[in-house]
Amino acid sequence: MRLGMPDPSLYCVKGMVILDNDGNRILTKYYDKETFPTAKEQKAFEKNLFSKTHRASAEIIMLDGLTCIYKSNVDLFFYVMGSSQENELILMTVLNCLYESVSMILRKNVEKRALLDNIDVVMLAMDEICDNGIIMEADSGAVLQRVAVRTDDIPLGEQTVAQVKARVSGLTGSVLQSAREQLKWSLLK
Amino acid sequence: MMDKKNEEDGSGNPFSNLEKTSVLQEARTFNETPVNPRKCIHILSKILYMLNQGEQLGSTEATEAFFAMTKLFQSKDVTLRRLVYLGIKELAGVADDVIIVTSSLTKDMTGKEDLYRAAAIRALCCITDTTMLQAIERYMKQAIVDRSVEASAAPQLVSALHLMRSSPDVVKRWSNEAQEALNSDNVMVQYHALGLLYNIKKSDRLAVTKLVAKLTRSAPRSPYAVCMLIRTACKLMEEEDAGTESPLFDFVDSCLRHKSEMVVYEAAHAIVNMPRTSPRELAPAVSVLQLFLSSPKPTLRFAAVRTLNQVAMTHPAVVTACNLDLESLISDVNRSIATLAITTLLKTGAESSVDRLMKQISSFVNEISDEFKIVVVQAIKALCLKFPRKHGVLMNFLSSMLRDEGGLEYKASIADTIITIIEENPEAKEAGLSHLCEFIEDCEHTSLAVRILHLLGREGPKTKQPSKYIRFIYNRVILESAARCQMDSDDEVRDRATYYYNILDQQQAALNNQYILNSLQVSLVGLEKALQAYSQGPADQPFDLRSVPVAEAAPTDSRAAAPEGSIASSRKPEEKVTATRQDVFAEQLSKIPEFQQLGPLFKSSQPVELTESETEYVVQCIKHVFAHHVVLQFDCKNTLNDQLLEDVTVQLEAADGFEVVATLPCARLEYNVTNTCYTLIKLPDDLMATVGSCGATLRYVVKDCDPATGLPDTDEGYEDEYLLEEVELTVADHVQRVLKANFGAAWDEIGDQNELEDTYALSAMKTLEQAVKQISQFMGMQACERSDKVPDGKSSHTLLLSGVYRGGAEVLVRARLALSDGVTMQLTVRSTDPAVSEVIASAVG
Repeated sequence: MRLGMPDPSLYCVKGMVILDNDGNRILTKYYDKETFPTAKEQKAFEKNLFSKTHRASAEIIMLDGLTCIYKSNVDLFFYVMGSSQENELILMTVLNCLYESVSMILRKNVEKRALLDNIDVVMLAMDEICDNGIIMEADSGAVLQRVAVRTDDIPLGEQTVAQVKARVSGLTGSVLQSAREQLKWSLLK
Repeated sequence: MMDKKNEEDGSGNPFSNLEKTSVLQEARTFNETPVNPRKCIHILSKILYMLNQGEQLGSTEATEAFFAMTKLFQSKDVTLRRLVYLGIKELAGVADDVIIVTSSLTKDMTGKEDLYRAAAIRALCCITDTTMLQAIERYMKQAIVDRSVEASAAPQLVSALHLMRSSPDVVKRWSNEAQEALNSDNVMVQYHALGLLYNIKKSDRLAVTKLVAKLTRSAPRSPYAVCMLIRTACKLMEEEDAGTESPLFDFVDSCLRHKSEMVVYEAAHAIVNMPRTSPRELAPAVSVLQLFLSSPKPTLRFAAVRTLNQVAMTHPAVVTACNLDLESLISDVNRSIATLAITTLLKTGAESSVDRLMKQISSFVNEISDEFKIVVVQAIKALCLKFPRKHGVLMNFLSSMLRDEGGLEYKASIADTIITIIEENPEAKEAGLSHLCEFIEDCEHTSLAVRILHLLGREGPKTKQPSKYIRFIYNRVILESAARCQMDSDDEVRDRATYYYNILDQQQAALNNQYILNSLQVSLVGLEKALQAYSQGPADQPFDLRSVPVAEAAPTDSRAAAPEGSIASSRKPEEKVTATRQDVFAEQLSKIPEFQQLGPLFKSSQPVELTESETEYVVQCIKHVFAHHVVLQFDCKNTLNDQLLEDVTVQLEAADGFEVVATLPCARLEYNVTNTCYTLIKLPDDLMATVGSCGATLRYVVKDCDPATGLPDTDEGYEDEYLLEEVELTVADHVQRVLKANFGAAWDEIGDQNELEDTYALSAMKTLEQAVKQISQFMGMQACERSDKVPDGKSSHTLLLSGVYRGGAEVLVRARLALSDGVTMQLTVRSTDPAVSEVIASAVG
């Protein structure tokens, strides 16, 4: 736990991991080639991580010089890792976004079976949340929109502001567009 | 997903046990027209899943899959198309000819479909190189500022940052677009734009200063961007060495009142990490952290207590205000938080609370990770030094930790702590040693057992009952008989066993003293070279070990390691056996013909400045001492950009007895390039005359030159000279420091035939520490048996020094010091050479 100020850089996520309740890897993304050069180091880390976190639901742990924030539900464990100097609250927003996105993709049915059935969309969502260690998006609504999950059947109360806004602006956009078209035609006549 | 359902029968995971070849076989489906999106999505998911599990594809396999995948660009299914982008990114590093998809991606990037556009940009940036980047640069720039499709700005900025690594020059041209994106309403776009701008400008401090100044006046809306801005401001303050009076500090301080917790914490963390903050400036940061301590979010509590723990190391008094909140965290479900809370309390609390806190730690110490156990161990170490009387409780706690499960690093930190306590606190010695003895009875870490056995060998004989420890050592030995050790599979064990056995077999006290109690201390590189030279020459004389250069004793200071309370990263750079500084010099000098006959290099001094650091010419001198000569190495630097110096030498006015044998000029000295000239001096035979100083002058030919090109204006130069400070040769220059592990044995071994003894009054010394330091420095010798540390509150002390004089004579010094209005010293010098005793005794006076 070497404290100190991190250098100004957008590269703040070292990895995102989803494990099942036996500690097996379901989906992972590692962004630090130095700390995790190959799958061997990654899996050793996951094993250690799982053994330290699967019993206590404590949300945060320091491991191998990394800050790991986690959350679990039924038979799934979600982790986000960053350097030990990284602002823990920033990492937490990433974890929350990951969890909420998956939760919405799976229609609140956050468990392994459902995740495997929707693994394509979950992969896309992870790709939208973080790009090579840079946080791309921390708002789950925006993520969902980008992975093209239809949100119409999610009750309005559970949609995020961004989603609603996007839909409204989409609507008004098309209304304006058609009005403009009509005007154009009436002028041409 | 019908086909998926079928596969799932019987197994929980449709993706378990995927076989690489069959999955790749299935990828041929991609070539079918029309594309069946559902089927292809499933197959593509399988490929991606397989890669994610760590499966490696060969370059042919990857290329085939990649090309099959490009067929899917025909499909209009959004998810499938998005997975194709993902696939391109995954395979870009392995497959060949990936640039083939450039045109498809460029089309998607400029097309109407928003959902494709952003992803296409990111995929494109994965496969593009600098030359191609220039072709598509126009679209890239456009994407950054395109307001109608905000969705593409963020990915574009992020991609630009990745491209900074490969094509910085192209990306630097995008700074106007990035500047514009900074005004975006989208929080992520703002954040990424700031990150990109900083990256483009970071080598230009003035530009960064302007950027930060502008943004601190009207801070960005995005909390992420504000965090980034705080870090940038801190970096600037660090570079400018600015204090808390800087406007940047005011900005960071104002962020403590930001509405986002993330920003508030970032600001508090930043202030805590600034050097030279006073308690008054820390107080606001500490009070926001105190508020976080009672947050329902574990992460927030963790962040706050971790930062407070750090403050407690330097300013425990400031944290005292939080003691009540910290107490309530001792029972936190998150053990990391509890541990940090306790170790913080240990730092801020009084001696009376130690017992209670230790009891609480022991209730859960087994549940926390090694990282935090080490934090606890370090807190205990600090406590022992702070409250020596508490060593009983703390030592018991450490020994129970030692018995529990744990990794090497953790066990090593406990053993280290016990060893430190033993060394600092004589009262704790017996208890500490017996804990360690117990530990090695059943210890899985060989390296630790070896260290402890070594300690027992050193400390055991000095205890009241040495026989007690022999049993523990014998328990280890009995498992390995000496004869078997000589056939051990480990080279070092075999060599050492043979070595010690043969020496002990001679039954000569002198040999035991020289080669077992005090080990050989030579430069390994030097020894190798000397042996090589000896084996090649005519071997009519036995090899003389004294011709091998002595290695300087490595400075040992156990307490100078990592700052207490910090967890060192578990990945340490591996220590390499490298040539010492002196070995490097020896190598350099041996290449110069004039110096080849001088024999092995005995000692190289630290550089001495012969000029002020800000003058026209900067000259440093390193003294290389050989058996009968000194080579003076002058490292010169010319700081005038309109001058070229040629034929540079240092002229010496040698003191009596010294003879300048050769001067090696340095041919050219260009502006700002350090170059070297040498002077070789023969030393007088009388040792007492080898100490003195020589006046020195730098002589050279100056040619004026054009500052821009460095080319001389004319071929004609003029001679000039520059007065340097005197070069001094001190007693210490002729002595190499050597560590004697057992000083007493060495002292008796040398005997008193060349002993000199005298008493001195050192009136200029005010403390014993000062005297110890000065004496060691004057004589250039190594303090043995930790005698360089003066225990607190003592008025007398004995300093034991050891060294080897030029030519190979051993010399030992015992200085008895007493504090009385200045320091009185009784100095006893023993050496194998009477003249050396005399010189060393003359060093103080």
